[in-house]
Amino acid sequence: MALTPKERMKIQRQDMPEREPGVRNQDFKEVNVGFDLKLAQLEAERCIQCKEAKCIDDCPVEIDIPLFLEHIANGDLKSAAEVLLKDNALPGITGRVCPQEEQCEKVCVRGKGKGCPVAIGHLERFIADWARENLDEKFTPPEPTGYKVAIVGSGPAGLTTAGELTKKGHDVTVFEALHTPGGVLTYGIPEFRLPNEIIDAEVDRLRRMGVKIICNVVIGRTFTIDELMNEEGFHAVFVANGAGLPVFMNIPGENLKGVYSANEYLTRSNLMRAYRFPDYDTPIIHGEKAVVIGGGNTAMDSVRTAKRLGAKQATLVYRRSRAEMPARNEEIHHAEEEGIIFKLLCSPVRFLSSEDGWVCGCECIEMELGEPDASGRRRPVPIKGSEFIIECDLVVEAIGTGANPLLTSTTPDIELNRWGNIIVDEKGMTSKAGVFAGGDITRGGATVILAMGDGKKAAAAIDRYLCEKAAK
Amino acid sequence: MFRILDAKQLASDVKWFRIEAPLVAKHRKPGQFVIICLDETGERIPLTVADSDPEKGTIELIVKAIGKTTMVLCRKEKGDSIAHVMGPLGRPTDIEKVGHAVVVGGGVGTAVIYPLAQALREAGNYVSAITGGRTKDLVVLEEELEKVSDVVYATTDDGSYGFKGTVADKLVELLEDKERPIGAIYCAGPVPMMRAIAELTKPRGIKTIVSLNPIMVDGTGMCGGCRVTIGEETKFACVDGPEFDGHEVNFDELWDRLSAYHKQERVSLERMEHECELDAQ
Repeated sequence: MALTPKERMKIQRQDMPEREPGVRNQDFKEVNVGFDLKLAQLEAERCIQCKEAKCIDDCPVEIDIPLFLEHIANGDLKSAAEVLLKDNALPGITGRVCPQEEQCEKVCVRGKGKGCPVAIGHLERFIADWARENLDEKFTPPEPTGYKVAIVGSGPAGLTTAGELTKKGHDVTVFEALHTPGGVLTYGIPEFRLPNEIIDAEVDRLRRMGVKIICNVVIGRTFTIDELMNEEGFHAVFVANGAGLPVFMNIPGENLKGVYSANEYLTRSNLMRAYRFPDYDTPIIHGEKAVVIGGGNTAMDSVRTAKRLGAKQATLVYRRSRAEMPARNEEIHHAEEEGIIFKLLCSPVRFLSSEDGWVCGCECIEMELGEPDASGRRRPVPIKGSEFIIECDLVVEAIGTGANPLLTSTTPDIELNRWGNIIVDEKGMTSKAGVFAGGDITRGGATVILAMGDGKKAAAAIDRYLCEKAAK
Repeated sequence: MFRILDAKQLASDVKWFRIEAPLVAKHRKPGQFVIICLDETGERIPLTVADSDPEKGTIELIVKAIGKTTMVLCRKEKGDSIAHVMGPLGRPTDIEKVGHAVVVGGGVGTAVIYPLAQALREAGNYVSAITGGRTKDLVVLEEELEKVSDVVYATTDDGSYGFKGTVADKLVELLEDKERPIGAIYCAGPVPMMRAIAELTKPRGIKTIVSLNPIMVDGTGMCGGCRVTIGEETKFACVDGPEFDGHEVNFDELWDRLSAYHKQERVSLERMEHECELDAQ
């Protein structure tokens, strides 16, 4: 018997089961354990099945959320999985790293006033994990269109576009620069938040659908875009090479040993599995006293990695206050639980060197918040004479990333904005005919799900572009 | 998988490989390198492409066994393979007509200057090549250089072969030859050697290009691990280099950063040796 709305309203939001902070901060296994069927059904029953579901509008890939929740409530996990996978090729990934609190869950009517929204993200993860273990999908290849599409980058935007275009019958090849697919999902996000096996499984599913992925190919070096289109026979290209350029603070001592960009630190640990050195060959510096600079998810990932690699003292240095931190609340909360020290309202001015060229300290200056700046957040202003030193033997700068110029510098006819990001129209098309772009290379550093939304939109536009080409 | 089509020992710890890598071979230019990763637990290391054949789809690498990865690689033979070869990476060398071009290679650095000699000669330069090592066995590629240079000088620190002295000592002689003034110098090898050469040529104002070898991870400018200071600026050797104006390079910093993982490199080596002993039993 279906529950009445009144009965549904009585159910409280179910918490995500998590591993103990003092245990999990010693290893790289996943922090969140996931719902079991009972918890999932109970949580799904909280959805009151709005006629005009705002959650769908606020989902960049427009998943039919009420429908998949209804199937879960009814115990029909197969149907739930089919609904989810129809619109989202990477649900095990988004179910873990999507900022649902800023999107679908933000507009959920159950979250109005003092209420709590339905835990859509946790349920997405539940179904994705169930589908991976249990769903036996048969992919019948669609009628081939005869069009070849090249996708640059196998991160969230590239993979999404690849899946969508393959479903339409286009011949899709994804070029990945690194030796493993996944882009930032693989090199950037630690296993305790997103296990690599989840990425591998979802990439593998795309391969079974017919997506070809070729690693070790750097567009801009191995091929240019023009070569792809003029010599390799691709009819359209989707550029989704991400925001792969580390931003450094440009302060003295930055090139000392023991100072990393977050990109390097996380790539060593996540992609190269340096946390398992010497079983894996790539080394990483283990700091006793680690300082991580920044307030975003990457900073949280870095500082929690440092803790797991044995730092007795892992400190996060951020120039604004906790309220302005761009990281997800869940990540900040997890970091606090795991014993990360938050040093807020201060900013490094230089790094100090030991006699043998290793970083041994981080000199900071205290900040106060002034008037709001262009981002709407209050601008941090240094307090004169407030300098102090944090002793450290490892520093990770996680203050943001920029647009990597390797590809765009070899394709001068793609227009860029002043930060080097590719300019696209509302359909995701660049200034170069047949070349589309999406994800962080157009947005600057954003989220996995926004990149996937771009990918989906661009896939529709590319499909239309190719159909129009066919009609001519 | 990238197949090794041929392998040859050049010196006791230096090996030459011809590898099937058609996409790299098709686009590679002198001065560029690849990043290789031997297997799923391996690390990524940069290696200069010594030569390539776009028609046959092959590249040539010359490797000195120094760390674990290079040691494992140097045990590979024809028929074995390498899991990943990515590239070509880095900016190609600016090949100009300078008149008299001198290429200087220290040890396995000679693998870096060999393709430059070839390209510089094709561009119409008179090419002098200096290749050196501590002792006779460490002088590599002399014969190959003979084919692509106008004159080749081999040097050994201990005098066991060729000119007795360092490559820098030999360069001093060439610098003093008024008959054949030097237009530009291209050099690759250990950091102290490149520094010595840059210091020699700076007061004389002779253009000196050095090929730097900092620690790299991705090779696309994504991680910044290979950052080097050139003049006042920070550059990434993997995308802005690997070649830079030798007079502007902060060699002290480069040398120091190269030592960052010495401790871990020893751990890796000891473990490998231990495993080899177990295998032998």
